[in-house]
Amino acid sequence: MAILKVCGIETEYGIVTRGFEVSPVASSSMLINAYAGSMKQKIGWDFFDEQPSVDVRGAVTGVSYPPEIETHLVNAVLTNGARYYVDHAHPEVSTPECLTPSDIVLYDRAAEEIVRQSIVSVNRLLPEGQEIGTFKNNSDGKGNSYGCHENYLIARELSFGRLAAQITTHFVTRQIFCGAGKVGSENGAPEVPFQISQRADFFEEEVGLETTVKRPIINTRDEPHCDPQKYRRLHVIVGDANMSEVATFLKVGTTSLILALIEDLQYPDWLVLRNPVSQIRAVSHDISLTTMCELQDGRKMTAVEIQQQLLETCRHYLLTHDDPTSGDADKILLEWGSVLDCLESSPENAADRVDWIAKRRILEGFAERHGVASLSAQLRAIDLQYHDMRPDKCLALRVGLRTLVDVDNVLRAITDPPINTRAYFRGTCLSLFPQNIVAANWDSIVIDTGDEILRRIPMMEPLKGTRAIVGDLLASTTTVEELLLRLGATDSPGWDPLMMPEPGW
Amino acid sequence: MAPRDIADYGRNMAEQIRKTTAPTGTSSPQAGGDQEISSKSGQRIKDELDDLLDEIDEVLETNAEDFVNNYVQKGGQ
Repeated sequence: MAILKVCGIETEYGIVTRGFEVSPVASSSMLINAYAGSMKQKIGWDFFDEQPSVDVRGAVTGVSYPPEIETHLVNAVLTNGARYYVDHAHPEVSTPECLTPSDIVLYDRAAEEIVRQSIVSVNRLLPEGQEIGTFKNNSDGKGNSYGCHENYLIARELSFGRLAAQITTHFVTRQIFCGAGKVGSENGAPEVPFQISQRADFFEEEVGLETTVKRPIINTRDEPHCDPQKYRRLHVIVGDANMSEVATFLKVGTTSLILALIEDLQYPDWLVLRNPVSQIRAVSHDISLTTMCELQDGRKMTAVEIQQQLLETCRHYLLTHDDPTSGDADKILLEWGSVLDCLESSPENAADRVDWIAKRRILEGFAERHGVASLSAQLRAIDLQYHDMRPDKCLALRVGLRTLVDVDNVLRAITDPPINTRAYFRGTCLSLFPQNIVAANWDSIVIDTGDEILRRIPMMEPLKGTRAIVGDLLASTTTVEELLLRLGATDSPGWDPLMMPEPGW
Repeated sequence: MAPRDIADYGRNMAEQIRKTTAPTGTSSPQAGGDQEISSKSGQRIKDELDDLLDEIDEVLETNAEDFVNNYVQKGGQ
């Protein structure tokens, strides 16, 4: 049976300096330090369990470029359970682990506000005439791309080969509702005035370990950040960062449902694409949505038709299976069906929720009003400014995108963790005992009690450490020594309080 | 910056934004908005886009060429 789709999003933001020049690593560090400086205590990241170069396929022949761990760069863990750090010359926010796509939207929005607050804080520290700016997009329009990665918890027992073959069809076609839109093309792709996705031009392989060159549609990084006997983390690098909340919701919601389908062996075997690498570009380059995608059995369908088939399969699946998104399934099906109806008949009616359509609407209007040629600097500026994180400049904030989350909840999510994953334990410990926490990462917290040895609390189970399980314990604990005692801490290497049976946890 | 300032800043930012210049005829799926589209006049849709384009003219970076050329991002995943 499919497991609950615990998920998270990591977004690399574009960064620029105006009025001064430093390296992007330096400007990203300044940005994050300006924000982290306002926290009670800056908690570092613990790299103990990081293994980004482990490949799900085991030993693979040929040249491969495993990702590097940059332990010397700025890293902060936030009380909402998120990680805010410098990654490959970009500021990046990883949301805490969330149980539902709705929570992903909430924490992705909180991340945006964290970045906005960081801009205000750092620019106050800079001299007159100097400032740092950030953008939530995935391309500089000059052949450089940076990612918005999704992560989904999946069962270890699932065959990775089957998973890769089947989910690829969704990754190639889902861009019709979660593409962020881009003026022009890059990376040697044929020239187009406008395309659906920011990222599609950068995918050159079907399956692989790389994330910075020769990017694969399916990334094989095998780094579960939890019990490796039970789980994998599917690391999805193929998506665009969305300004639209509905697009983020659909991106994560539809993917979660389809992953559950695959886990339960309910995915239609025939719905697998031939040549997905060329087709991901073809779909992105066709704003008329009429391109036929070829399946392995020779059948041809448009991306909209493939998505309609996936929707119907998920609808049918949910009649007999539990909701893997913990309560969001009905809403996902509703939004998914609605957006596909629009895309099929009148795509312009999805301008209130699909980024590429909203962006195209203003690009076309502007070009017509001012008689501007395609690919001009002004249109590229509109493209870029759509993603500008400055509220007084951001165009996405002006085009009438429908929202899903309440502003007060977003503000709360800047500091408060989700209550129904282990992020609750991480974030609450950080709030309660900032002076005693030396470092933290996804699956452990390192505590300094003042003794000679540091104590590590492992958290290998993503759905333990929730408020329902540890809320009372944390609320009635006043010191870390007491916390360790009540968790039954031992020196045994296999000790993990989150793995202990309830009650007690 | 005091936490209170941050909260106020966030609220102001969040409320300032997300203005309701949604394209006419679009709405949440619950409202069955897609059927309403035909009843909206073409002139109204055009007026809304005109208002939006007026605002974009106001906030668009004055030197588009520099703005675009200066945006170079290397070393991403």
